[in-house]
Amino acid sequence: MSALVDVRAASKVFRQPATLVERIGSAFGVCELPRPVHAVDDVSLEIRNGEVLGLVGESGCGKSTLGRMIAGILPPSAGSALFDGMPLLAGAGRPVKSTTRVQMIFQDPFASLDPRMRVGDIIAEGPVAHGLVSKSASAADVSRWLSTVGLDPQVADRYPHQFSGGQRQRIAIARALAMRPDMLVCDEPVASLDVSIQAQIVNLFLKLRRDLGLTMLFISHDLGVVRHVSDRIAIMYLGRIVEIGTARSVFERPRHPYTRALLDSVPRLRIDDRVEVDFRPIRGELPSPLDPPAGCHFHMRCPHANEACAVQRPTLLHVEGREVACLRATELDLSGEAPP
Amino acid sequence: MTALLEVRDLATHFATRTGVVRAVDGVTLSLAPGEIIGLVGESGSGKSVTGFSILGLVDPPGRIVRGSVRFEGRELVGLPHGELRSLRGRRIAMVFQDPSATLNPVLTILDQMRLALEAHERIGKAAARARAAEILTRVGIPDAGRRLDSYPHQLSGGMRQRVAIAIALLNRPALVVCDEPTTALDVSIQAQILAEMKSLARESGTALIWISHDLSTVSALASRILVMYAGRVVEEGTVGDVLSAPRHPYTRGLLDSLPSLATPGQDLRQIPGAMPSLSDPPPGCAFAPRCAHAVDACTAMPDLVGAGGRGVRCHRPLGDAP
Repeated sequence: MSALVDVRAASKVFRQPATLVERIGSAFGVCELPRPVHAVDDVSLEIRNGEVLGLVGESGCGKSTLGRMIAGILPPSAGSALFDGMPLLAGAGRPVKSTTRVQMIFQDPFASLDPRMRVGDIIAEGPVAHGLVSKSASAADVSRWLSTVGLDPQVADRYPHQFSGGQRQRIAIARALAMRPDMLVCDEPVASLDVSIQAQIVNLFLKLRRDLGLTMLFISHDLGVVRHVSDRIAIMYLGRIVEIGTARSVFERPRHPYTRALLDSVPRLRIDDRVEVDFRPIRGELPSPLDPPAGCHFHMRCPHANEACAVQRPTLLHVEGREVACLRATELDLSGEAPP
Repeated sequence: MTALLEVRDLATHFATRTGVVRAVDGVTLSLAPGEIIGLVGESGSGKSVTGFSILGLVDPPGRIVRGSVRFEGRELVGLPHGELRSLRGRRIAMVFQDPSATLNPVLTILDQMRLALEAHERIGKAAARARAAEILTRVGIPDAGRRLDSYPHQLSGGMRQRVAIAIALLNRPALVVCDEPTTALDVSIQAQILAEMKSLARESGTALIWISHDLSTVSALASRILVMYAGRVVEEGTVGDVLSAPRHPYTRGLLDSLPSLATPGQDLRQIPGAMPSLSDPPPGCAFAPRCAHAVDACTAMPDLVGAGGRGVRCHRPLGDAP
């Protein structure tokens, strides 16, 4: 399988421009200039044609920013994000033609659908504007995509507010599919849905993948959902990928202490009254991305950190069939209790 | 042991322009001192409104239309406003989902905690500060003395929720109703808070009603679980009984929807359809239209039947001989 997406040493830095007062103040040493946020810090990864890559991390780790760079919505500050060998954004952040081959699904279908447009117009707008479908053929096209996502084609002349959360997410998926993408970037697509509806949408993604052969980047903080849909999984922590490998290897034999700790944090379903749940939380809090610690970003919360971890930045190394960014990856035994 | 809280046939309805929404429609539950129960359900199941109703926090157009809430031997439904206020925050407290919406952004942590103390007792400034610092330390806030002078926006989401929990625990209540308190938090912070809540409840003998849509967190914390659907309890029992051998098809469906219990890549067993409208529910069992086992009899409302705290509201419960 060849790489469809090739992210090379990409970084994204957000800078808030200093106001006049801040500039004058900082010249006199009475206030600080706004600090840049390194949302994504020198990340390289490949997504192969036809695979589902899960991207996992806690709030503020940069997973959505990385997803938006791969979708061609945000230009990288340094490095590059190539789609099928081509940059997604030409200079000055202008999208190039190939952008339509990647489509995005967002978390909140209440915010991502225009409340004043009919469902049919929402779905038809993109393909008609890009000349993928003629205006006269667009009604049939809308029906086709609505039935693909499991909605009655009759609903095309309704408005988004007439639908439940799960149905709206189906509409958002139909809108993305109508662009005939090769790839979907799904940013927490089931996070706002109830458990029973979540299962319906997860099944829809599995079906789309089987029927249409779509490549997907599936971003989520829900480890159970990501494990279920992904072939490979990347774990992010404060702007960097700390571990990437097949879903099975990462979940069953994590080699990065953060991955291990994250897996241990998820409460497991207790079905035996005699068993007590043993919480094993990660100590401390996520450091501020404005001022990340030196060396390995995780060293302050890591039970295995030594002096070198506080100064030396670990790079991704191949260990046991996956890549891990930990200075002690080869010597640590993180086996312990395997998650179910 | 006498019950700390006894809720009987509680119904809370909302009169809206489009009709009466029966958000809670006949909930019965009881809670022993120091016990932790989980109230589980999806959006619109009535689990939060049940919690609000226990504290008398339902605002118009919502109204408790029938039933009783007995707490420490006193009937709370119909209790004068002033008497309810003196109970709330002292004997019963509540923790909400979103701490940035429940903390006052223009008061320091100390000021908010002092207000909660002064509402119920005469307490000096120094004593209030000491009590506040002590309880913040107990909920796992490092450097609590200094944190007291912070404003909510200076704290992380996890720290803000700890402050909200600390305020709830300030007056050593007998019962804390927690409405999805960890849903907005990251998993690593959620695990910290769950671990702390469990030991806090055990140390202080505080009973908890833990309201959540997440079966896993509830199973980790609670000893008993009540599953709600469309305003009613459809199944109850110990965590082990309900989750290892569910008797209501809805509980079974919820468990089957969990990716963590399925083989990766295989279709999840989904529950078809969606929750019915609560202003126009189907006749009889509200789950029947989505249920694979429904028969004609399901158009009549089943009773919650069972003994010893194990109950199911279904005409054809799973595990019965056909």
